[in-house]
Amino acid sequence: MPTPSSEVLVIGGGVNGLACAARLAAKGRKVTLLEASEVVGGGAGEREFAPGYHAPALAHLTQGLDTRVVEAMALDRHGLAFHPALATTVLSGEAESLTVRGGKTSGVDAAAWEALHRKLSAFARVLAPLRQMRPVRLAGENRLFGLARQGLGIRALGKDDFRELLRMVLINVHDVAEDELSDDRLKGLLAFDATLGAWLGPRSPNSLILYLDRLARGADPLLPKGGMGALAVAMGKAAAAAGVEVRTGSAVEKIVVEGDRAVGVRLEGGEVVRVGLVVSAMNPRTTLHQLVGAAALDAGFFKATGHVRMRGAAAKLHLALRGTPDFRGADLKSRIVIAPSSEAVERAFNPVKYGEVPELPVMEVILPSAHDPGLAPAGHHVLTAIVQYAPHAPKAGLEAARAEMLENTLNVLEQHSPGLRSLVVQAELLMPQDIEARFGMVGGNWHHGELAVEQMLFNRPTFAAAQYSTPLPGLWLAGAGSHPGGGINGAAGWNAAGAILEAKA
Amino acid sequence: MTYDAVIVGAGHNGLVTASYLARAGMKVCVVEKNDWIGGAAVSRELYPGFTYSNCSYVSSLFRPEIMRDLELPKHGLQILPYEGGAVFQEGGGYLGMFRDHDANRREFARHSKRDAEAYDIYARDVLRFCRFIRPMLLRTPPDPSSFRPRDLAELMWLGRQMGALSEEMRARMVQFWTMSIADFLDQYFESPVIKGYLAVSAIIGTALGPMSPGSAYVLLHHYMGDVDGNVGAWGFARGGMGSITRALTASLKAAGGEVRTGQGVEKILVQSGRAVGVVLANGDEVRGKRVISNMDVKRTFLKHVDEAELPDDFVKRVKAFKIRGSSGKLNIALDSTPVFPALPEGAPNIRGDLHFTDSIEKMERGYDDWKNGRFSRDPFQDVMIPTMIDPTMTPPGKHFMSSFVQYAPPKIEGRDWTDADRDAFRDTCLNQIETYSPGFKDRVLHVEVRTPRELEAEVGLTEGNIFQGELTFDQLLFNRPVPGYAQYRSPIRDLWICGSSTHPGGGVMGAPGRNAAAEMLREAGAKGGMRDAYAVL
Ligand SMILES: Cc1cc2nc3c(=O)[nH]c(=O)nc-3n(C[C@H](O)[C@H](O)[C@H](O)COP(=O)(O)OP(=O)(O)OC[C@H]3O[C@@H](n4cnc5c(N)ncnc54)[C@H](O)[C@@H]3O)c2cc1C
Ligand SMILES: Cc1cc2nc3c(=O)[nH]c(=O)nc-3n(C[C@H](O)[C@H](O)[C@H](O)COP(=O)(O)OP(=O)(O)OC[C@H]3O[C@@H](n4cnc5c(N)ncnc54)[C@H](O)[C@@H]3O)c2cc1C
Repeated sequence: MPTPSSEVLVIGGGVNGLACAARLAAKGRKVTLLEASEVVGGGAGEREFAPGYHAPALAHLTQGLDTRVVEAMALDRHGLAFHPALATTVLSGEAESLTVRGGKTSGVDAAAWEALHRKLSAFARVLAPLRQMRPVRLAGENRLFGLARQGLGIRALGKDDFRELLRMVLINVHDVAEDELSDDRLKGLLAFDATLGAWLGPRSPNSLILYLDRLARGADPLLPKGGMGALAVAMGKAAAAAGVEVRTGSAVEKIVVEGDRAVGVRLEGGEVVRVGLVVSAMNPRTTLHQLVGAAALDAGFFKATGHVRMRGAAAKLHLALRGTPDFRGADLKSRIVIAPSSEAVERAFNPVKYGEVPELPVMEVILPSAHDPGLAPAGHHVLTAIVQYAPHAPKAGLEAARAEMLENTLNVLEQHSPGLRSLVVQAELLMPQDIEARFGMVGGNWHHGELAVEQMLFNRPTFAAAQYSTPLPGLWLAGAGSHPGGGINGAAGWNAAGAILEAKA
Repeated sequence: MTYDAVIVGAGHNGLVTASYLARAGMKVCVVEKNDWIGGAAVSRELYPGFTYSNCSYVSSLFRPEIMRDLELPKHGLQILPYEGGAVFQEGGGYLGMFRDHDANRREFARHSKRDAEAYDIYARDVLRFCRFIRPMLLRTPPDPSSFRPRDLAELMWLGRQMGALSEEMRARMVQFWTMSIADFLDQYFESPVIKGYLAVSAIIGTALGPMSPGSAYVLLHHYMGDVDGNVGAWGFARGGMGSITRALTASLKAAGGEVRTGQGVEKILVQSGRAVGVVLANGDEVRGKRVISNMDVKRTFLKHVDEAELPDDFVKRVKAFKIRGSSGKLNIALDSTPVFPALPEGAPNIRGDLHFTDSIEKMERGYDDWKNGRFSRDPFQDVMIPTMIDPTMTPPGKHFMSSFVQYAPPKIEGRDWTDADRDAFRDTCLNQIETYSPGFKDRVLHVEVRTPRELEAEVGLTEGNIFQGELTFDQLLFNRPVPGYAQYRSPIRDLWICGSSTHPGGGVMGAPGRNAAAEMLREAGAKGGMRDAYAVL
C-alpha cells in the first residue's frame, strides 16, 4: 500500500522550505519538515560567532519577502517586523559619501539617477509577475491568462519604453551606468547591486536584468527587528501554526526510491520515513546526485543537473568590534557600500575567474547592532559584510585564499574607516567553500545555482525540472535552485507548493 | 543629373545594395573616399609583388544567394576552401585540426578520448542552432512594438521557426544564445587546449571574453556561413578578399552602375526633411533621389548629417551605440615558408589557422587587459598563410601571412594610440610567433600593422570595430543599430543605411546590403531582379 500523497515530506528548513511546507499544510496536507541543523532558517539564521556577538548566518538583509508568504503565513502575528527600509551610503575614496534612497540622491547625478530609477522600476514592474508564476513554458499547457496579463503589462509601457526594455533586457550594467550616469559612486553602486550574489562582473552581458529582478522585489533593503534570526523564528512558528511538523536536527541521507518512485527518506542514523511526496527545498544538485543517485535517474537528466552552474563568489565577513566604528561620518544604520566605481567592481571580479583573490574587494557593510543593540555586548558592535568577489575554487587552496581575502577585506575597510582594525575582537570570514560546507550551498552559490539568464525560467534549474516537478515521480523541488531563485524571499517554495497542489487537485 | 540612388561607401555591403538596385533598373552611383574600393574586404599591394588581404582574410559568411543573384563567379570570384590548422601549446605540444573527420577525431583523442567522442555531439548541436538562425539572415527584422501586418506576420514567422523545434530544443537554444562560450564548452569538453581552440570563433571581433555571457552567440555568427554548401566551413577568396568586392564592382558595372573613388562624402544633403544627395570633400555635389550609407551608424549620423535634422532620442541612441574595437591585424610579407617545429614534417595543418593560445584562461586574461585599456600582453593571434593554397598573391616561394590579433583597445589607457604603441603591439605579436617558429622574424620582409587607430583612419570603422558595431543582444536583430530603426531606414526620409551596423551585422556577408536593397525596392514598388526578395513582400 503506497503512502497517500497527502503525506508530504519537505527537506530543508530555509525560507523556501518553510514557505512551501506552510502552504501545503494550510491546504490540508500532512507535512513534516526535516531540517539538518538545530534551528530553521538556512541562510536566514543567526549565529553567535563570538561570545556575546550575534551575526546573521549568511543573509543580513532582505530585498523583501514574497508578499503572498507574508500575508498567508501571517508573519506579523508570529513576531516579524521590520526596521524602516535602509538607506544606502556609498563611500568613496576621495569624494564625500553619498546617500541613496530608492530614486533619491544628491550630487551632480541626482536627476539622472531618479530618471534611471524610474525607468528601471517600470521595467521591473513588468517582469515582477513572472516571479510569482510557474516558469512559462515554451509550448503547450501555458498559463495563458498569466501570460496575456504579462503581455498587457508590457503593452502598458508604451511603444518607446517597450522598445527600450527589449534593448536593455540583456544588456550589461556597466554600459548602462556609463550611458546614463557620470558620478562614479552611483555607477559603482549600480554595478555592485546588479552583480551581488552573481558570478558575473558588471561588464558581463545579461547583468542588468539581475538589477531589475532586485527592483522587482523592492527598492531598498529591509532588516527584520531583532536581526535576521528573528525572521527565521517567525517563519518557523508560522509553519508550525499552519500544522507543519518541524523536525530539526534531522539530516536526510538518502531519498528512498522504489519502483521508479520516491517513497520516502532515510535520515542520518538510519530512521526511514515513508511518505507520498518528497519535496526538496535544499540544493537541487545535492538532492539529485547524492540523495537520489544516478541509478534512479535518467542519464541525460542526471548529466544536465551536473551542468547547472553553481559558482559562488560572495564571501561573508563577521567582525566583533570593541567600540563604534566610524565610516567617515556615515549613518551606521544605513547599508554602507564600498564600490568606488563600476570598473572597480569589474576589477574585483577579474581574479576569481582564475581562482585568485582580488586585491581590492567591493562590499556591502551592515551594523546589525546599530539597529538591535542586543546583538552585541553594550558599547560593542557586530559588523557584517558581503564581500565580492571570492573564488569558489581558489588555486592557492582554501586556507591561503581565506587568509588573503580577509587581509584584503580588512585593508579596504580600514581605508574607509581608519582605526577599524584596532577595534576588532574577533574576525571570521566565510569563503564560498566554507559556505558550502556549512550551509549546503553548492559552490557557495547564493541561489543554489547561479541566477543567470541561461539558468532562468524554463531552464531553472534544468529544463526537465523547471516546473518544480522532477522526472522522478514523487520528487519535487522547492528551493532557491528553482524559479525565481534565492534571496530571503520564499517565492520558489510558495510557487512549488502551488504546483504540487495543482497537480494533485 | 540626379541618380536614383547615391551610395556612400564602396564596402562590400554598399556594392551589394548598389548592384541589386542597378539590376532593378535604378541609376546608381557609389562614392568612396579611398582611391580603392572594398572597405574591409580588400586586396592591396603594399609591398612590391605581394597582395595583402589587409582587413578581412577568410570568407564563409557571404550569402550564396547573393553570389548567384549577382553572378559573382562569372565576374571572377572563386572561393578556395581550407580546413584545419593547429594550436601550439606552451611547452612544445600542439593540437592539430584536419579536414578529414577521422584524422581529426584521432587527433582530439590524443588529447582526450572523451572529448573526441563529445566533438561529434557538439558539432551536431551547434549545427542545429545554425540551421535555425540562417534563414533570419536575409530577412528584415520585425519591429516587435509595431502592429503593422508585416511586422506581425514576420513575428509569426519567427514563432513558426521556433515551433519546428521540440520544446527542449527551444529551451536549450535560448540557453545557448545567452550563455558564455566557456560555460557552453564545459558541458562537452575537458581538455583546455580543445576548449581554447573551439572558443576562438566566439571572441573574434567582439569586445567580449570567452567567459562573457552572450559569447556563445558570437560563435554562431562565425559558424553560420558555408563554402560550397559545407556549413561552418571557411575559405580563401582567390587573389585575396578584394576579389569579392572586385567581382561585386564588375557585376555592378555590368548592370549600368557607377563607382567614383577618391572623394569622400563630407555631408549628406537634407532638404525639407529628405535626403537629396551628398557633398564630396572637393565640394562636388552628387544628387540622388535617395542616399544610402554604407558607413557605420555613428559615422553616418554623427559626422555627416546635421544633428538638427535628427530627433534627439535617435541622436542619443546613436551616440550610445557600442562600437568599441577589440582587434588588430598584421599583414606580413615572408621571404620563405616558416617552420613550426612542433608539427610533424609535411603536416597539412600549416595550411589552416595557427593559434598560440592554448586555453580559455589565456584568452580571458587577454580580454582583462583590453578592459584596462591595454593591448593583450599575451594576445590571441589567428595566423594564416593564404599563399599555401593561393599562390597568386606573392612571387613564387614567398608568402603572405595574415595575423588577426585580439585584444587591442580603441584607446590606450584613455589616450590615442601612438606610433610607439603600435610598434610595441607589432613586436609583441611577432615575438609570440617567433616563440613557436624560431627564425620566423628573419623571414619577414615587410609588416603592415593595423591597430584600431589605422582601421578607423583607413576603412572608416569607428573605433576600429570590425563589425561596425558590437554583436550583443542589445544591438542585434530589431535592436540593430537602434530600436525602431532596424529596417534599414533612418529618421530622415530617403536616407538609408546598408552597412554592417544593421542586421545581421558584420563579416563579409552581404546580408545587410541585400536586405536594405530589398526594403528600398519594396518601397519603390519595383519588381524584378530580386528573386525571393522578401518573404512577406
Ligand atoms: C555570502 C552570502 C550572503 C547572502 N546574503 C544575503 C542577503 O543579505 N540577503 C538575501 O536576501 N539573501 C542573501 N543570500 C542568499 C540567501 O541566503 C539564499 O538565497 C537563501 O537562504 C535561500 O533559501 P532556501 O530556503 O532556498 O535555502 P537555504 O537557506 O540554503 O536552506 C536550505 C536548508 O536545507 C537544509 N539542509 C541541507 N541539506 C539537508 C539535508 N540533507 N537534510 C535536511 N536539511 C538539509 C539546510 O540546513 C538549510 O537550512 C546570501 C547568500 C550568501 C552565500
Ligand atoms: C582586420 C579585420 C579582419 C576581418 N576579418 C574578417 C574575416 O576574416 N572574415 C569576415 O567575414 N569578416 C572579417 N572582418 C569583418 C568584415 O570585413 C567587415 O565586417 C565587413 O567587411 C564590413 O563591410 P561593410 O560593407 O559593412 O562596411 P565597410 O567595409 O566598413 O565599408 C564602408 C566603406 O565606406 C567608406 N567610407 C567611409 N567613410 C566614407 C565617406 N565619408 N565617404 C565615402 N566613403 C566612406 C569606407 O572607406 C569603406 O569603403 C574583418 C574586419 C577587419 C577590420
